[in-house]
Amino acid sequence: MTKRKKWGWFLLFTGPLLLIFLTVVIVPFIIGTFYSFFQWDGISANPMVFNGLENYKNLLEDERFLESAWLTVKFTVFSVITINVVGLSFALFVTSKLKIANTARTMFFMPYLIGGLILGYIWQFVFSDVLKMVGEWTGWGSIFFNWLNDPEFALYTLVFVFTWQMAGYVMIIYITGLQGIPKDIIEAAHIDGANKWQQLKSITFPLLMPAFTISLFLTLSMAFKIYDVNLSLTNGGPANATELFAMNIFNEIFGYGNYGYGQAKAIIFFLIVAGVALTQVYVTKKREVEM
Amino acid sequence: MKKPNAYIREILLFLLALVFLSPIYIIAVNSFKDRASLYENVLAFPTEFNFGNYAQAIDDMNFMMALFNSFVITTISVIIIVILSSMTAWMLARTPHPISNIIFMLFISTMLIPFQTIMMPLIQEMGWIMDFTGFTMLDSRGGLIFMHVGFNSAISVFLYHGFVKSIPISLEEAATIDGASKMGVFWKIIFPMLKPITVTVLIINVITIWNDYLLPSLVLTSTDLRTIPLSTFYFFGEFTIEWNLAMAGLVMTVIPVVIFYALAQKHIIQGIGDGAVK
Repeated sequence: MTKRKKWGWFLLFTGPLLLIFLTVVIVPFIIGTFYSFFQWDGISANPMVFNGLENYKNLLEDERFLESAWLTVKFTVFSVITINVVGLSFALFVTSKLKIANTARTMFFMPYLIGGLILGYIWQFVFSDVLKMVGEWTGWGSIFFNWLNDPEFALYTLVFVFTWQMAGYVMIIYITGLQGIPKDIIEAAHIDGANKWQQLKSITFPLLMPAFTISLFLTLSMAFKIYDVNLSLTNGGPANATELFAMNIFNEIFGYGNYGYGQAKAIIFFLIVAGVALTQVYVTKKREVEM
Repeated sequence: MKKPNAYIREILLFLLALVFLSPIYIIAVNSFKDRASLYENVLAFPTEFNFGNYAQAIDDMNFMMALFNSFVITTISVIIIVILSSMTAWMLARTPHPISNIIFMLFISTMLIPFQTIMMPLIQEMGWIMDFTGFTMLDSRGGLIFMHVGFNSAISVFLYHGFVKSIPISLEEAATIDGASKMGVFWKIIFPMLKPITVTVLIINVITIWNDYLLPSLVLTSTDLRTIPLSTFYFFGEFTIEWNLAMAGLVMTVIPVVIFYALAQKHIIQGIGDGAVK
C-alpha cells in the first residue's frame, strides 16, 4: 500500500473522533486556561480585563474557597475510607460460599446505577422525615434528627450517601481481585492453623494490593469531584457548610458571574485532581513492586 | 450437611442486603400514600394503592418526554461512541508511528480533567460555533450528543486500545493481502472480535450518559428537551416538595434503571469490573 493511501485510511478512521474530541475537550481546556488570567463577568459586550496572576493570588485569601477546599478534603478522606471498608467487606461476604451471595451482590450494586442526583433526593427524604420519626419513636432525638439541617452533621450525610452509592462499585473491583487469589494458598494456610483474620491479613490483603490501587484511585478522584449528590442532597447548605469544590466553582462562575476568577479556581481544581491522582498511582505502584 | 451457623450467616447477609436497599422500599411505599397517611408512619406499607400521585407526577415532570429525550440522547451517543472509538483505537494500535502514540497519550491524559474545569469555556465555544456555522450546538439534542461523544471518547478509546493489543495481528494481515479495504477488514473481521469490550464500553457509557446532570443542564434550556435527571431537578425545584408526589416521581426515574439492570445484570457487573480494572 502506498504511503499516501495508508495515511488516508488513518485519517478516515481517527479523524472524526479526533475532531470531536479536540472541539469538546482540548480547545475548551486551552480557552479556559486563557480566561483564568482575566477579569470578566461573562457578558460578551463587557470587556475582558487582563490581570495576570491576580485571580490566583486572590484565591489564597478567599475564605469561602479555602473553607470549601478544606471541606472537600475532609469529605474525600472520610468517603475514601468508608467506601473502601464497606466495599471490601461486601466483597468478602459475597465471595463466601453462601447461597444468598449472588442475590446480595446484585442488591449491593444497585445504588451505583441510580444517578447521584436521584439518590440525593431519595436520601433527602430519609434524613429529613424518616430519621426524625425514628427519633420521636425511640426518644433518642439527639442522635436521630434531621442531620441535613445541622452544619456539623450535613457533611457526614454526604459521606454516608456517597458511600451508599459507591460501595457496590468498589465491591466489584475487590471481587475481581479476590477471585484472582489462588485457592490453594488459602487452604495451605488453613491447614497450617492460621485463623480467618491471619489468613486475611497475611495472604488476602497483600495479594489484593492491585485492587487497592485501582479502587483508591477511583474513589479518590470521584469523591474529590462530587457534584450531583451535593446538589440534590444539601445544595451546599446549611449556610455553605457543605459547599464542596465542584459546587463552589459552579456557583462562582454561573451564580456570581465571576467568569475569570471562577475559571482560575477551575484550573486549580484540575491541578489538584491530577496531582493527587498521579501521586497516588505512583506511590501504590511502588509498593506493589516492593512486595 | 451445613452447620446451623451457616444458615444464620445466610439470613444475616440477606437482612444486610435488605436494610441496604431500604431507601428504595421507603420511596416505593410512600409513593402510594396521600399526604396525611404519609406523615402518620413513613415506614408503613400503604393501606390502599393509590396511583393518583403517579398520574400527577408524570404530568408535572413531563415524564414521557423526558424518558424519550434520555432514551434518544443516550442511544445515539453510545452508538456513535462505539463506532468512532473502536475505529480510532484499532487504527492507533495498528499504526506503529509516533503520531499514534501522541494521539493516544492525548486521549489518556485528558481523563484527569474534571468537567468543571472546562464547562464554562465549552459553552462559550459552542456559542461561537453556532454563530459561525449555524449548527445548533446549544439547546439541541444533536449538540448534546456531540458533547457526550467528545467527553466519553477518551475512556472508550482507552478500553478498545487495550483490547486490540491483545488480538493477534496475523488474522488481519491475511485479510489485507486478499485485497480487502481497511473498512471492510475492520467491520467484517475486527469489529466482531471486539464484542466483549464493546459490551463494556456500551454499559459504562449508558450509565454515565443516562445519569449525567451537569452537562445537559448547561446545554439544554428548552423544557421540551429535558432529560430525566433534568426534569427531576426542576420537579424538585419548582414545587415546594410534596413528598408523596416526589416519591412517585423518584420511583419512576428508578424504574428504567431497574429494567436495564434486570435485563443485562451479568453484563453490567462484568462490564463495570473490566472497565475499572483495565
